[in-house]
Amino acid sequence: MPNLFPKDVADQIKSILAEMRDPITILYFTDGTCNTCLETGQLLQETKALSDKIALDVKRYPDAKAEIERYGIDRVPSFVLLDKDGRYRGVKFSGIPAGHEINSFLSALLEMSGLTPELGKETLRRIESIQKPIDIKVFVTLGCPHCPGAVQTAHRLAMLNSHVKSEMIEAQTFPDLSRKYQVSGVPKIVINDRYELLGDQPLENLLDLIEKA
Amino acid sequence: MFFTLETKKTDGWMDHPLYDFIALGGGPAGLNGALYAKRKGLLTAIVAQDLGGQMKNTAFVDNYLGFENIEAEALIRQFVDHVKSLNIPIITSVRVTAITKSTDEFLLTLDNGKVLRTKTLLAALGGSPKKLGIPGEDRLYGKGVSYCATCDAPFFKDKHVAVAGGGNSAVEAALDLAKWASKVSIVHRSRFRADQTLLDKLFQVPNIEIHLETQITEILGQTAVESLRLSDKPTGTERLLKVDGLFVEIGNIPNVSLFKDLVRLNEAGEIIVNGAQETSLEGLYAAGDITNQPFRQIIIAAAEGAKAALWASNYLNKKGK
Repeated sequence: MPNLFPKDVADQIKSILAEMRDPITILYFTDGTCNTCLETGQLLQETKALSDKIALDVKRYPDAKAEIERYGIDRVPSFVLLDKDGRYRGVKFSGIPAGHEINSFLSALLEMSGLTPELGKETLRRIESIQKPIDIKVFVTLGCPHCPGAVQTAHRLAMLNSHVKSEMIEAQTFPDLSRKYQVSGVPKIVINDRYELLGDQPLENLLDLIEKA
Repeated sequence: MFFTLETKKTDGWMDHPLYDFIALGGGPAGLNGALYAKRKGLLTAIVAQDLGGQMKNTAFVDNYLGFENIEAEALIRQFVDHVKSLNIPIITSVRVTAITKSTDEFLLTLDNGKVLRTKTLLAALGGSPKKLGIPGEDRLYGKGVSYCATCDAPFFKDKHVAVAGGGNSAVEAALDLAKWASKVSIVHRSRFRADQTLLDKLFQVPNIEIHLETQITEILGQTAVESLRLSDKPTGTERLLKVDGLFVEIGNIPNVSLFKDLVRLNEAGEIIVNGAQETSLEGLYAAGDITNQPFRQIIIAAAEGAKAALWASNYLNKKGK
Protein backbone atom coordinates (compact mmCIF):
# COMPACT_ATOMS: atom_id res chain seq x y z
CA MET A 1 0.00 0.00 0.00
CA PRO A 2 1.28 3.52 -0.71
CA ASN A 3 1.82 5.77 2.31
CA LEU A 4 -1.34 6.96 4.04
CA PHE A 5 0.24 10.21 5.16
CA PRO A 6 1.11 12.52 2.28
CA LYS A 7 4.57 14.08 2.70
CA ASP A 8 3.30 17.43 4.03
CA VAL A 9 1.00 15.75 6.56
CA ALA A 10 3.84 13.47 7.70
CA ASP A 11 6.08 16.51 8.17
CA GLN A 12 3.47 18.29 10.25
CA ILE A 13 2.82 15.23 12.40
CA LYS A 14 6.54 14.83 12.93
CA SER A 15 6.86 18.39 14.20
CA ILE A 16 3.86 17.92 16.51
CA LEU A 17 5.26 14.68 17.91
CA ALA A 18 8.62 16.34 18.51
CA GLU A 19 6.92 17.83 21.57
CA MET A 20 6.45 14.41 23.19
CA ARG A 21 8.16 14.10 26.55
CA ASP A 22 8.35 10.49 27.70
CA PRO A 23 8.24 7.38 25.55
CA ILE A 24 4.90 5.60 25.12
CA THR A 25 3.74 2.28 23.68
CA ILE A 26 0.89 1.61 21.30
CA LEU A 27 -0.55 -1.87 21.72
CA TYR A 28 -2.43 -2.73 18.55
CA PHE A 29 -4.91 -5.61 18.29
CA THR A 30 -5.78 -6.99 14.87
CA ASP A 31 -6.97 -10.23 13.32
CA GLY A 32 -5.36 -9.26 10.04
CA THR A 33 -8.53 -9.27 7.96
CA CYS A 34 -10.99 -7.09 9.86
CA ASN A 35 -12.58 -4.01 8.34
CA THR A 36 -9.89 -1.22 8.22
CA CYS A 37 -7.36 -3.43 10.10
CA LEU A 38 -4.80 -3.08 7.31
CA GLU A 39 -5.14 0.69 7.17
CA THR A 40 -5.13 1.10 10.95
CA GLY A 41 -1.99 -1.01 11.26
CA GLN A 42 -0.32 1.02 8.57
CA LEU A 43 -1.37 4.33 10.13
CA LEU A 44 0.21 3.23 13.42
CA GLN A 45 3.38 2.09 11.65
CA GLU A 46 3.70 5.38 9.82
CA THR A 47 3.09 7.34 13.04
CA LYS A 48 5.67 5.32 14.94
CA ALA A 49 8.20 6.08 12.20
CA LEU A 50 7.75 9.81 12.88
CA SER A 51 8.91 9.75 16.50
CA ASP A 52 11.55 7.82 18.39
CA LYS A 53 9.37 8.09 21.49
CA ILE A 54 6.74 5.69 20.15
CA ALA A 55 6.94 1.91 20.40
CA LEU A 56 4.42 -0.25 18.56
CA ASP A 57 3.49 -3.75 19.66
CA VAL A 58 1.08 -5.75 17.50
CA LYS A 59 -1.10 -8.43 19.13
CA ARG A 60 -3.13 -11.08 17.38
CA TYR A 61 -6.86 -11.18 18.04
CA PRO A 62 -8.26 -13.46 19.47
CA ASP A 63 -5.05 -15.39 20.25
CA ALA A 64 -3.38 -12.93 22.63
CA LYS A 65 -5.79 -13.92 25.38
CA ALA A 66 -3.93 -12.44 28.36
CA GLU A 67 -3.64 -8.98 26.80
CA ILE A 68 -7.17 -9.06 25.37
CA GLU A 69 -8.42 -9.76 28.87
CA ARG A 70 -6.16 -7.22 30.57
CA TYR A 71 -7.10 -4.35 28.26
CA GLY A 72 -10.72 -5.37 27.70
CA ILE A 73 -10.48 -5.68 23.92
CA ASP A 74 -13.96 -6.42 22.55
CA ARG A 75 -13.47 -5.62 18.88
CA VAL A 76 -10.81 -5.07 16.24
CA PRO A 77 -9.12 -3.01 15.00
CA SER A 78 -8.44 -1.57 18.41
CA PHE A 79 -5.43 -0.11 20.17
CA VAL A 80 -4.53 1.17 23.60
CA LEU A 81 -1.80 3.55 24.72
CA LEU A 82 0.58 2.69 27.57
CA ASP A 83 2.59 5.33 29.41
CA LYS A 84 6.35 5.32 29.99
CA ASP A 85 5.96 2.78 32.80
CA GLY A 86 3.89 0.45 30.62
CA ARG A 87 0.75 1.41 32.52
CA TYR A 88 -2.66 1.30 30.84
CA ARG A 89 -4.41 4.58 31.59
CA GLY A 90 -7.79 3.77 30.02
CA VAL A 91 -7.15 5.30 26.59
CA LYS A 92 -8.46 3.15 23.74
CA PHE A 93 -9.24 3.67 20.06
CA SER A 94 -11.44 1.25 18.11
CA GLY A 95 -11.47 1.84 14.37
CA ILE A 96 -9.10 4.05 12.45
CA PRO A 97 -8.44 7.58 13.75
CA ALA A 98 -8.15 9.14 10.29
CA GLY A 99 -9.90 12.20 8.85
CA HIS A 100 -10.63 14.70 11.61
CA GLU A 101 -9.95 12.03 14.22
CA ILE A 102 -6.21 12.14 13.59
CA ASN A 103 -6.30 15.08 16.00
CA SER A 104 -7.65 13.14 18.98
CA PHE A 105 -5.05 10.46 18.26
CA LEU A 106 -2.15 12.92 18.20
CA SER A 107 -3.30 14.76 21.31
CA ALA A 108 -3.64 11.43 23.13
CA LEU A 109 -0.05 10.58 22.18
CA LEU A 110 1.16 13.97 23.43
CA GLU A 111 -0.77 13.83 26.68
CA MET A 112 0.16 10.20 27.37
CA SER A 113 3.80 11.23 26.96
CA GLY A 114 3.43 13.59 29.91
CA LEU A 115 2.20 16.86 28.38
CA THR A 116 -0.69 17.25 30.78
CA PRO A 117 -3.38 19.83 30.02
CA GLU A 118 -3.87 22.81 32.31
CA LEU A 119 -7.16 22.42 34.12
CA GLY A 120 -8.76 24.52 36.82
CA LYS A 121 -8.43 23.48 40.45
CA GLU A 122 -12.13 22.79 40.92
CA THR A 123 -12.25 20.65 37.77
CA LEU A 124 -9.22 18.65 38.91
CA ARG A 125 -10.80 18.14 42.32
CA ARG A 126 -13.97 16.80 40.72
CA ILE A 127 -11.98 14.44 38.49
CA GLU A 128 -9.93 13.14 41.40
CA SER A 129 -13.01 12.43 43.47
CA ILE A 130 -14.46 9.89 40.98
CA GLN A 131 -14.43 6.63 42.94
CA LYS A 132 -16.49 4.19 40.85
CA PRO A 133 -15.78 2.45 37.56
CA ILE A 134 -16.73 4.70 34.67
CA ASP A 135 -16.84 3.46 31.08
CA ILE A 136 -17.04 6.13 28.38
CA LYS A 137 -17.71 5.33 24.75
CA VAL A 138 -17.40 8.13 22.22
CA PHE A 139 -18.88 7.34 18.82
CA VAL A 140 -17.38 9.34 15.95
CA THR A 141 -17.27 9.57 12.17
CA LEU A 142 -14.19 10.63 10.25
CA GLY A 143 -15.93 13.60 8.62
CA CYS A 144 -16.99 15.07 11.95
CA PRO A 145 -15.13 18.23 12.99
CA HIS A 146 -16.64 18.26 16.49
CA CYS A 147 -15.69 14.68 17.33
CA PRO A 148 -11.97 14.94 18.19
CA GLY A 149 -12.79 17.43 20.95
CA ALA A 150 -15.23 14.99 22.56
CA VAL A 151 -12.74 12.12 22.33
CA GLN A 152 -9.97 14.26 23.75
CA THR A 153 -12.11 15.25 26.73
CA ALA A 154 -13.06 11.64 27.51
CA HIS A 155 -9.50 10.37 27.12
CA ARG A 156 -8.25 13.16 29.38
CA LEU A 157 -10.63 12.06 32.11
CA ALA A 158 -9.34 8.51 31.77
CA MET A 159 -5.72 9.61 32.01
CA LEU A 160 -6.44 11.66 35.11
CA ASN A 161 -8.43 9.05 37.04
CA SER A 162 -7.73 5.32 37.05
CA HIS A 163 -11.42 4.46 37.55
CA VAL A 164 -12.27 5.95 34.16
CA LYS A 165 -11.87 4.03 30.88
CA SER A 166 -12.52 5.78 27.59
CA GLU A 167 -12.89 4.41 24.07
CA MET A 168 -13.19 6.15 20.72
CA ILE A 169 -15.41 4.10 18.42
CA GLU A 170 -15.49 4.83 14.70
CA ALA A 171 -19.19 4.30 14.06
CA GLN A 172 -19.03 3.05 10.48
CA THR A 173 -16.43 0.37 11.27
CA PHE A 174 -18.74 -1.09 13.91
CA PRO A 175 -22.27 -0.76 12.50
CA ASP A 176 -23.79 -3.34 14.86
CA LEU A 177 -22.50 -1.51 17.90
CA SER A 178 -23.70 1.80 16.45
CA ARG A 179 -27.15 0.31 15.99
CA LYS A 180 -27.14 -1.14 19.51
CA TYR A 181 -26.42 2.29 20.95
CA GLN A 182 -28.77 3.94 18.42
CA VAL A 183 -26.12 6.23 17.05
CA SER A 184 -27.38 8.47 14.25
CA GLY A 185 -25.57 11.63 15.28
CA VAL A 186 -22.00 12.17 16.41
CA PRO A 187 -20.11 12.73 18.59
CA LYS A 188 -22.28 10.57 20.84
CA ILE A 189 -20.92 10.02 24.33
CA VAL A 190 -22.26 7.04 26.31
CA ILE A 191 -21.38 6.71 29.98
CA ASN A 192 -21.70 3.31 31.70
CA ASP A 193 -24.01 2.17 28.89
CA ARG A 194 -26.73 4.30 30.39
CA TYR A 195 -26.21 8.04 30.19
CA GLU A 196 -25.90 9.81 26.86
CA LEU A 197 -24.58 13.13 25.67
CA LEU A 198 -24.47 14.50 22.16
CA GLY A 199 -21.88 16.92 20.84
CA ASP A 200 -18.46 18.16 21.88
CA GLN A 201 -19.41 18.89 25.48
CA PRO A 202 -17.29 20.76 28.00
CA LEU A 203 -15.52 18.54 30.53
CA GLU A 204 -17.82 19.84 33.26
CA ASN A 205 -20.90 18.41 31.51
CA LEU A 206 -19.30 14.96 31.46
CA LEU A 207 -18.46 15.31 35.13
CA ASP A 208 -22.08 16.24 35.90
CA LEU A 209 -23.24 12.96 34.34
CA ILE A 210 -20.46 10.89 35.88
CA GLU A 211 -21.37 12.18 39.33
CA LYS A 212 -24.95 11.06 38.66
CA ALA A 213 -23.96 7.65 37.27
CA MET B 1 -8.11 8.10 3.30
CA PHE B 2 -7.82 11.74 4.35
CA PHE B 3 -6.34 13.56 7.32
CA THR B 4 -7.36 16.97 8.60
CA LEU B 5 -4.64 18.08 10.94
CA GLU B 6 -5.41 20.66 13.58
CA THR B 7 -3.47 19.52 16.59
CA LYS B 8 -1.37 22.40 17.80
CA LYS B 9 1.95 22.35 19.44
CA THR B 10 2.08 23.82 22.90
CA ASP B 11 1.79 27.56 22.93
CA GLY B 12 3.94 29.78 25.14
CA TRP B 13 1.32 32.35 25.80
CA MET B 14 1.50 33.76 29.30
CA ASP B 15 4.61 35.75 28.39
CA HIS B 16 2.73 39.00 28.07
CA PRO B 17 0.99 40.49 31.06
CA LEU B 18 -0.99 42.94 28.91
CA TYR B 19 -1.87 42.44 25.24
CA ASP B 20 -2.77 45.21 22.80
CA PHE B 21 -5.23 43.11 20.86
CA ILE B 22 -6.82 39.74 21.51
CA ALA B 23 -8.95 38.06 18.88
CA LEU B 24 -11.55 35.89 20.52
CA GLY B 25 -12.53 33.21 17.99
CA GLY B 26 -10.61 31.10 15.48
CA GLY B 27 -12.71 31.57 12.37
CA PRO B 28 -11.79 33.83 9.43
CA ALA B 29 -12.71 37.01 11.37
CA GLY B 30 -10.51 36.22 14.36
CA LEU B 31 -7.59 34.86 12.35
CA ASN B 32 -7.49 37.78 9.93
CA GLY B 33 -8.01 40.28 12.73
CA ALA B 34 -4.97 38.89 14.52
CA LEU B 35 -2.96 38.88 11.31
CA TYR B 36 -3.63 42.57 10.66
CA ALA B 37 -3.11 43.55 14.30
CA LYS B 38 0.23 41.80 14.45
CA ARG B 39 1.35 43.41 11.20
CA LYS B 40 0.52 46.80 12.74
CA GLY B 41 2.91 45.96 15.52
CA LEU B 42 0.31 45.25 18.18
CA LEU B 43 1.02 42.69 20.86
CA THR B 44 -1.50 40.13 19.65
CA ALA B 45 -2.97 36.75 20.61
CA ILE B 46 -5.79 34.55 19.44
CA VAL B 47 -7.96 32.74 21.96
CA ALA B 48 -10.12 30.09 20.34
CA GLN B 49 -11.60 26.72 21.21
CA ASP B 50 -10.86 25.49 17.73
CA LEU B 51 -9.57 26.90 14.49
CA GLY B 52 -11.65 27.41 11.38
CA GLY B 53 -14.91 28.31 13.03
CA GLN B 54 -17.94 27.47 10.96
CA MET B 55 -15.74 26.71 7.96
CA LYS B 56 -15.38 23.35 9.66
CA ASN B 57 -19.01 22.57 8.92
CA THR B 58 -18.55 22.72 5.19
CA ALA B 59 -16.71 20.46 2.77
CA PHE B 60 -15.74 22.83 -0.03
CA VAL B 61 -15.42 26.58 -0.53
CA ASP B 62 -15.85 27.99 -4.00
CA ASN B 63 -16.45 31.68 -3.39
CA TYR B 64 -13.23 32.87 -1.73
CA LEU B 65 -11.36 35.11 -4.14
CA GLY B 66 -8.39 33.31 -5.62
CA PHE B 67 -9.74 29.84 -4.95
CA GLU B 68 -12.13 28.41 -7.49
CA ASN B 69 -12.79 25.33 -5.45
CA ILE B 70 -10.84 24.41 -2.37
CA GLU B 71 -11.47 22.00 0.47
CA ALA B 72 -12.58 24.01 3.49
CA GLU B 73 -9.97 22.24 5.61
CA ALA B 74 -7.22 23.17 3.18
CA LEU B 75 -8.28 26.81 3.27
CA ILE B 76 -8.34 26.75 7.08
CA ARG B 77 -4.84 25.30 7.07
CA GLN B 78 -3.61 28.09 4.79
CA PHE B 79 -5.21 30.71 7.05
CA VAL B 80 -3.66 29.18 10.15
CA ASP B 81 -0.23 28.71 8.56
CA HIS B 82 -0.27 32.35 7.50
CA VAL B 83 -1.10 33.47 11.05
CA LYS B 84 1.51 31.15 12.52
CA SER B 85 4.19 32.49 10.19
CA LEU B 86 3.91 35.76 12.15
CA ASN B 87 4.39 33.93 15.46
CA ILE B 88 1.03 34.97 16.82
CA PRO B 89 0.26 32.85 19.88
CA ILE B 90 -2.88 30.79 19.40
CA ILE B 91 -4.37 29.79 22.72
CA THR B 92 -6.72 26.86 22.22
CA SER B 93 -6.46 24.82 25.38
CA VAL B 94 -8.63 27.09 27.48
CA ARG B 95 -12.17 28.41 27.54
CA VAL B 96 -13.08 31.98 28.41
CA THR B 97 -15.68 31.95 31.17
CA ALA B 98 -16.16 35.68 31.74
CA ILE B 99 -15.18 39.06 30.31
CA THR B 100 -15.09 42.30 32.25
CA LYS B 101 -13.79 45.74 31.47
CA SER B 102 -11.95 48.03 33.84
CA THR B 103 -11.13 51.59 32.81
CA ASP B 104 -8.59 50.80 30.16
CA GLU B 105 -8.40 47.08 29.76
CA PHE B 106 -10.39 43.92 29.31
CA LEU B 107 -10.02 40.98 31.66
CA LEU B 108 -10.68 37.53 30.23
CA THR B 109 -11.21 34.93 32.94
CA LEU B 110 -10.21 31.45 31.79
CA ASP B 111 -11.48 28.07 32.92
CA ASN B 112 -8.05 27.17 34.30
CA GLY B 113 -8.34 30.03 36.76
CA LYS B 114 -5.97 32.37 34.93
CA VAL B 115 -6.77 35.79 33.55
CA LEU B 116 -5.70 37.37 30.25
CA ARG B 117 -5.51 41.16 29.98
CA THR B 118 -5.80 43.19 26.80
CA LYS B 119 -6.29 46.81 25.76
CA THR B 120 -8.59 45.99 22.85
CA LEU B 121 -10.68 42.93 22.15
CA LEU B 122 -12.20 41.49 19.00
CA ALA B 123 -15.42 39.50 19.45
CA ALA B 124 -15.32 36.96 16.62
CA LEU B 125 -17.06 33.93 18.06
CA GLY B 126 -19.35 33.40 15.09
CA GLY B 127 -22.60 31.51 15.49
CA SER B 128 -24.12 28.15 16.28
CA PRO B 129 -26.76 26.37 14.20
CA LYS B 130 -30.19 27.89 14.48
CA LYS B 131 -33.05 25.57 15.39
CA LEU B 132 -36.42 25.42 13.68
CA GLY B 133 -38.13 25.70 17.05
CA ILE B 134 -40.89 23.22 16.27
CA PRO B 135 -42.34 20.26 18.21
CA GLY B 136 -40.21 17.12 18.06
CA GLU B 137 -36.95 18.90 17.26
CA ASP B 138 -35.28 18.70 20.68
CA ARG B 139 -36.71 15.27 21.49
CA LEU B 140 -35.41 13.74 18.26
CA TYR B 141 -32.03 15.53 18.21
CA GLY B 142 -29.44 12.83 17.62
CA LYS B 143 -32.26 10.46 16.69
CA GLY B 144 -32.55 11.64 13.12
CA VAL B 145 -32.47 15.40 13.66
CA SER B 146 -29.00 16.73 12.89
CA TYR B 147 -27.28 20.08 12.45
CA CYS B 148 -24.10 18.67 10.84
CA ALA B 149 -24.32 17.00 7.44
CA THR B 150 -20.61 16.19 7.18
CA CYS B 151 -20.77 14.48 10.60
CA ASP B 152 -23.91 12.42 10.28
CA ALA B 153 -24.45 11.76 6.56
CA PRO B 154 -23.00 8.19 6.81
CA PHE B 155 -25.82 7.14 9.15
CA PHE B 156 -28.34 7.79 6.39
CA LYS B 157 -26.90 5.56 3.70
CA ASP B 158 -29.69 4.46 1.35
CA LYS B 159 -32.27 6.30 3.44
CA HIS B 160 -34.55 9.24 2.72
CA VAL B 161 -33.60 12.48 4.42
CA ALA B 162 -34.88 16.03 4.34
CA VAL B 163 -32.93 19.26 4.54
CA ALA B 164 -34.58 22.34 6.02
CA GLY B 165 -33.40 25.63 4.53
CA GLY B 166 -32.87 27.41 1.25
CA GLY B 167 -29.52 29.15 1.55
CA ASN B 168 -26.05 28.08 0.49
CA SER B 169 -25.52 25.85 3.53
CA ALA B 170 -28.76 23.99 2.92
CA VAL B 171 -27.97 23.39 -0.74
CA GLU B 172 -24.43 22.28 0.08
CA ALA B 173 -25.76 19.90 2.74
CA ALA B 174 -28.24 18.46 0.23
CA LEU B 175 -25.49 17.92 -2.35
CA ASP B 176 -23.37 16.23 0.30
CA LEU B 177 -26.20 14.03 1.56
CA ALA B 178 -27.26 13.00 -1.94
CA LYS B 179 -24.03 10.95 -2.16
CA TRP B 180 -25.20 8.78 0.75
CA ALA B 181 -28.97 8.91 0.93
CA SER B 182 -31.32 7.27 -1.55
CA LYS B 183 -33.33 10.47 -1.68
CA VAL B 184 -32.96 14.01 -0.35
CA SER B 185 -35.90 16.38 -0.02
CA ILE B 186 -35.12 20.07 0.42
CA VAL B 187 -37.90 21.83 2.26
CA HIS B 188 -37.90 25.59 2.47
CA ARG B 189 -40.53 28.03 3.63
CA SER B 190 -39.92 30.55 0.84
CA ARG B 191 -37.76 30.73 -2.27
CA PHE B 192 -34.13 29.72 -2.60
CA ARG B 193 -31.58 32.24 -1.34
CA ALA B 194 -28.61 30.14 -2.44
CA ASP B 195 -26.19 31.19 -5.17
CA GLN B 196 -27.28 30.40 -8.71
CA THR B 197 -24.11 28.39 -9.34
CA LEU B 198 -24.98 26.08 -6.46
CA LEU B 199 -28.59 25.78 -7.57
CA ASP B 200 -27.45 24.81 -11.07
CA LYS B 201 -25.59 21.91 -9.47
CA LEU B 202 -28.55 21.02 -7.30
CA PHE B 203 -30.99 20.79 -10.22
CA GLN B 204 -28.74 18.22 -11.89
CA VAL B 205 -28.78 15.70 -9.06
CA PRO B 206 -31.45 13.09 -9.77
CA ASN B 207 -32.13 12.00 -6.18
CA ILE B 208 -32.87 15.48 -4.83
CA GLU B 209 -36.44 16.76 -4.77
CA ILE B 210 -37.45 20.29 -3.90
CA HIS B 211 -40.37 21.62 -1.83
CA LEU B 212 -40.43 25.41 -1.81
CA GLU B 213 -43.00 27.63 -0.09
CA THR B 214 -43.36 24.79 2.38
CA GLN B 215 -43.08 25.01 6.13
CA ILE B 216 -42.09 22.15 8.41
CA THR B 217 -44.43 22.41 11.38
CA GLU B 218 -43.62 19.24 13.34
CA ILE B 219 -41.14 16.38 13.44
CA LEU B 220 -42.80 13.06 14.17
CA GLY B 221 -41.42 9.75 15.38
CA GLN B 222 -41.38 7.50 18.43
CA THR B 223 -37.70 6.74 19.00
CA ALA B 224 -36.39 8.13 15.72
CA VAL B 225 -37.54 10.53 13.02
CA GLU B 226 -40.32 8.95 10.98
CA SER B 227 -41.97 11.85 9.19
CA LEU B 228 -42.37 15.59 8.92
CA ARG B 229 -45.59 17.53 9.02
CA LEU B 230 -45.50 19.99 6.13
CA SER B 231 -47.69 22.95 5.47
CA ASP B 232 -48.03 24.26 1.95
CA LYS B 233 -47.79 28.03 2.41
CA PRO B 234 -49.97 29.28 -0.47
CA THR B 235 -52.88 26.92 0.25
CA GLY B 236 -52.38 26.05 3.92
CA THR B 237 -52.88 22.35 3.23
CA GLU B 238 -51.02 19.95 5.45
CA ARG B 239 -49.41 16.63 4.61
CA LEU B 240 -46.88 14.18 5.98
CA LEU B 241 -43.52 13.49 4.37
CA LYS B 242 -42.00 10.17 5.41
CA VAL B 243 -38.26 10.59 6.07
CA ASP B 244 -35.59 8.92 8.20
CA GLY B 245 -33.74 12.09 9.06
CA LEU B 246 -33.84 15.87 9.00
CA PHE B 247 -30.82 18.12 8.58
CA VAL B 248 -31.50 21.66 9.76
CA GLU B 249 -29.54 24.29 7.81
CA ILE B 250 -31.41 27.54 8.39
CA GLY B 251 -28.58 29.80 9.47
CA ASN B 252 -27.03 30.49 12.82
CA ILE B 253 -27.50 32.35 16.05
CA PRO B 254 -24.60 34.48 17.23
CA ASN B 255 -22.50 33.23 20.15
CA VAL B 256 -22.92 36.31 22.33
CA SER B 257 -23.29 34.84 25.82
CA LEU B 258 -19.96 36.34 26.95
CA PHE B 259 -20.87 39.78 25.63
CA LYS B 260 -24.56 40.17 26.24
CA ASP B 261 -24.11 42.30 29.36
CA LEU B 262 -21.31 44.36 27.84
CA VAL B 263 -22.63 45.62 24.53
CA ARG B 264 -25.77 46.52 22.65
CA LEU B 265 -27.40 43.73 20.68
CA ASN B 266 -30.14 43.96 18.08
CA GLU B 267 -33.42 42.05 18.26
CA ALA B 268 -31.84 39.02 16.63
CA GLY B 269 -29.26 38.93 19.43
CA GLU B 270 -26.42 40.09 17.16
CA ILE B 271 -23.77 42.56 18.28
CA ILE B 272 -24.41 45.94 16.71
CA VAL B 273 -21.33 47.35 14.99
CA ASN B 274 -20.67 50.50 13.02
CA GLY B 275 -18.58 50.86 9.87
CA ALA B 276 -15.40 50.64 11.97
CA GLN B 277 -16.54 47.33 13.55
CA GLU B 278 -16.86 49.22 16.84
CA THR B 279 -19.43 48.04 19.36
CA SER B 280 -21.16 50.17 21.98
CA LEU B 281 -18.26 49.49 24.37
CA GLU B 282 -15.03 51.39 23.81
CA GLY B 283 -12.15 49.13 22.82
CA LEU B 284 -14.39 46.20 21.96
CA TYR B 285 -14.71 45.37 18.27
CA ALA B 286 -16.80 42.65 16.64
CA ALA B 287 -16.51 40.93 13.25
CA GLY B 288 -18.06 38.10 11.29
CA ASP B 289 -21.22 36.16 12.04
CA ILE B 290 -21.52 37.48 15.58
CA THR B 291 -22.43 40.93 14.23
CA ASN B 292 -25.53 42.47 12.71
CA GLN B 293 -23.96 42.37 9.26
CA PRO B 294 -26.38 40.12 7.34
CA PHE B 295 -24.19 38.20 4.90
CA ARG B 296 -22.55 35.11 6.40
CA GLN B 297 -19.54 34.76 4.15
CA ILE B 298 -15.94 33.75 4.85
CA ILE B 299 -14.48 36.62 2.87
CA ILE B 300 -16.72 39.16 4.60
CA ALA B 301 -15.84 37.84 8.06
CA ALA B 302 -12.15 37.95 7.19
CA ALA B 303 -12.45 41.51 5.87
CA GLU B 304 -14.32 42.66 8.95
CA GLY B 305 -11.60 41.15 11.13
CA ALA B 306 -9.02 43.19 9.21
CA LYS B 307 -11.06 46.37 9.57
CA ALA B 308 -11.48 45.80 13.29
CA ALA B 309 -7.74 45.36 13.77
CA LEU B 310 -6.89 48.49 11.78
CA TRP B 311 -9.41 50.60 13.70
CA ALA B 312 -8.15 49.12 16.97
CA SER B 313 -4.63 50.12 15.98
CA ASN B 314 -5.85 53.66 15.22
CA TYR B 315 -7.62 53.80 18.55
CA LEU B 316 -4.52 52.73 20.47
CA ASN B 317 -2.39 55.22 18.56
CA LYS B 318 -4.75 58.07 19.43
CA LYS B 319 -4.68 57.08 23.05
CA GLY B 320 -0.89 57.00 22.89
CA LYS B 321 -1.16 53.22 23.57
